[in-house]
Amino acid sequence: MGHGAKDEKEFNVIVLVKQVPEAEDVRIDPDTGRLDRSSAEAVTNPFDLNAIEVANRIKERLGGKVTCISMGPLRADSTLRDSLARGCDRGILLSDKKFGGADTLATSYTLSCAIKKIGSFDLIVCGEKTTDGDTGQVGPEVAEQLDIPHACFVEEIKAITESSLVVRRKTENGYMILELKLPALISVTKDINEPPLPLLKNKIKARKAEIETWSASDLSEIGDVERFGLTGSPTRVVNVGSPHVEKETMMIEGGSSREKAKKLVDILEDLGFL
Amino acid sequence: MSSSEYEGVMVFAQQKDGKVHPVTYELLGKGREMADKIGESLFCVLLGSGMEEVDELIYHGADRVFLYDDPSLQEFNVLHYKKCIVDLVEEEKPKIFLLGATTIGRSLGPRVAAALRTGLTADCTSLDVDEEGNLIQIRPAFSGSVMATIKTPKSRPQMATVRYRVMEEAKRDTSRRGEAIKKRARIEDTRIRVLERKEFEGEGSIVDADIIVSGGRGLKKAEDLRIIREVADLLKGAVGASRPIVDDRWIGRQHQVGLSGNTVRPKLYIACGISGSVQHLAGMRNSNFIIAINKDPSAPIFKEAHYGFVEDLYELLPELIAEIKRRRGMKTACITERSMRI
Ligand SMILES: Cc1cc2nc3c(=O)[nH]c(=O)nc-3n(C[C@H](O)[C@H](O)[C@H](O)COP(=O)(O)OP(=O)(O)OC[C@H]3O[C@@H](n4cnc5c(N)ncnc54)[C@H](O)[C@@H]3O)c2cc1C
Ligand SMILES: Cc1cc2nc3c(=O)[nH]c(=O)nc-3n(C[C@H](O)[C@H](O)[C@H](O)COP(=O)(O)OP(=O)(O)OC[C@H]3O[C@@H](n4cnc5c(N)ncnc54)[C@H](O)[C@@H]3O)c2cc1C
Repeated sequence: MGHGAKDEKEFNVIVLVKQVPEAEDVRIDPDTGRLDRSSAEAVTNPFDLNAIEVANRIKERLGGKVTCISMGPLRADSTLRDSLARGCDRGILLSDKKFGGADTLATSYTLSCAIKKIGSFDLIVCGEKTTDGDTGQVGPEVAEQLDIPHACFVEEIKAITESSLVVRRKTENGYMILELKLPALISVTKDINEPPLPLLKNKIKARKAEIETWSASDLSEIGDVERFGLTGSPTRVVNVGSPHVEKETMMIEGGSSREKAKKLVDILEDLGFL
Repeated sequence: MSSSEYEGVMVFAQQKDGKVHPVTYELLGKGREMADKIGESLFCVLLGSGMEEVDELIYHGADRVFLYDDPSLQEFNVLHYKKCIVDLVEEEKPKIFLLGATTIGRSLGPRVAAALRTGLTADCTSLDVDEEGNLIQIRPAFSGSVMATIKTPKSRPQMATVRYRVMEEAKRDTSRRGEAIKKRARIEDTRIRVLERKEFEGEGSIVDADIIVSGGRGLKKAEDLRIIREVADLLKGAVGASRPIVDDRWIGRQHQVGLSGNTVRPKLYIACGISGSVQHLAGMRNSNFIIAINKDPSAPIFKEAHYGFVEDLYELLPELIAEIKRRRGMKTACITERSMRI
């Protein structure tokens, strides 16, 4: 495969990756009722590993380059190193106090400014959703801000050329086959592939690699600073709480399995399920 | 975007093959309630080709239905749908805009919100409105381990996608009157083409099931799913699964419940040999009734269950099957006896 060495245009893929707290580590502080993320280990959003793998496979086919972008605090730099270890060529971290407190509109606006700053691209790949904010909205919002077509819930890439892409998109009880003209954006499901673990030697190399860091002023020629971060966010999280008042569980422990089965059928009858 | 000129609640009516998706009637139920509370109207926008259910939308509470009937809208093409809706919202200026959090709504909603530069709250499980018309949106985040309350204080419309099977369906009243307004779709975008759509045959999606009986790694081998299936059949329910047994290909991906599978909210969820990981709970904790069967009394699933049976599923489920059959048998026996006497 050519690496764009000659005159021919390189195929450029951009992957959006987010750093998230490890799922099990998020707790509500029982005293303050607030979200406690301090103890949480930071990892790459698991869904984004599938996105990286899609980009790698496409690079194998078409050559070119994979750039990953993440917006987050400075420590999100480790997520970009993880992406490089997994085969991406370039990592860009968007980090600035002015980006803080962003909802999906401001996040996608900031990401789309960075993508415009990079210049040419053919395909953007992102994860289906994150394990923290969990909205799945950033991908399609980036596509709208860049005025390119998109497909969500992509579970298979059926064909790709320099100018178009055919994907299989999941629906509730089936699928759709869509053809998208490039440049386009896709968000991919966990089923699309099984991302391999990065090789140790690549991890070591990535540790020393350069991660470019862009601040709000680096994007101010392209975007409106007022649309970044909290000031650019129409939504406000006004409260976070526990999902439930603890359910009262009626435990059935003693007795033979026959007795328990009778009890269970009684319950099903009482509830009207039989 | 000053908020004063925005009025009314608008609902996106999702359709497939001309048939309106049931989440639409749930949105109309909630939309009607909120519109009444602030003394404003309820609008509905329906896009498709050759649709017949317009009257139904009115019977279920819509004051006005905007109808885009065009072959280019028959299949869901996000660019076509977005164009129509953005134009309509800019014309009609609703205060609130709701979509179902389906695979269509979750692709379309963000695109519309970004075009209108407004906020969108994802996958809400509860909605309310204050007297000023501010939407109070509650949604699960962190894979369902927290509930967040979200507001969109300044931008309009306030947009939300709403989880299916969470809100009550609107009551149908055939004496209700409303207006159907035909709109023209002007679409030239060719950047996305829908080449094919396929629905899986046979059993419907587990998302629609009222009763789900699920099996997990507590099962020793693939064939043992037969016991789960038999219980499900007796209860006229669907079979669900935790991820490990889906990964091992014991059962199809469409049966998976949880973060990376389906979110379900049946009337009854029976979890058999499932530990209750955060990721599994994220997909089923809002079920109306949860019964857990697990031999480990400290399994986390019990914290979410209404009834917890500490027992080996290989002991309990065969007994359960026998007991259900026995009682049914008794009932049929009674009926035959009575009918014989007549
Ligand atoms: C409890 C809680 C609830 C929230 N609810 C909402 C809400 O309803 N609506 C709303 O607008 N905002 C909401 N937010 C804010 C939202 O989480 C942030 O805007 C977040 O930066 C992006 O959203 P997400 O995590 O949902 O990403 P998703 O939209 O789920 O992410 C999808 C994909 O987009 C890419 N991506 C996402 N974020 C980044 C990033 N920072 N850098 C690079 N790529 C990225 C990744 O590829 C990812 O897989 C909420 C935040 C919290 C804490
Ligand atoms: C990003 C991500 C996404 C994920 N998404 C999902 C998802 O969508 N859905 C999902 O389910 N998981 C998901 N997982 C996996 C999840 O973390 C758990 O590994 C999984 O849910 C465990 O499945 P289980 O409860 O069947 O198995 P286990 O955790 O192994 O539990 C088996 C249970 O069976 C009990 N048991 C054993 N033998 C018997 C017996 N004879 N009778 C009765 N009880 C018995 C045991 O006591 C135990 O509690 C995800 C993980 C990640 C990281």
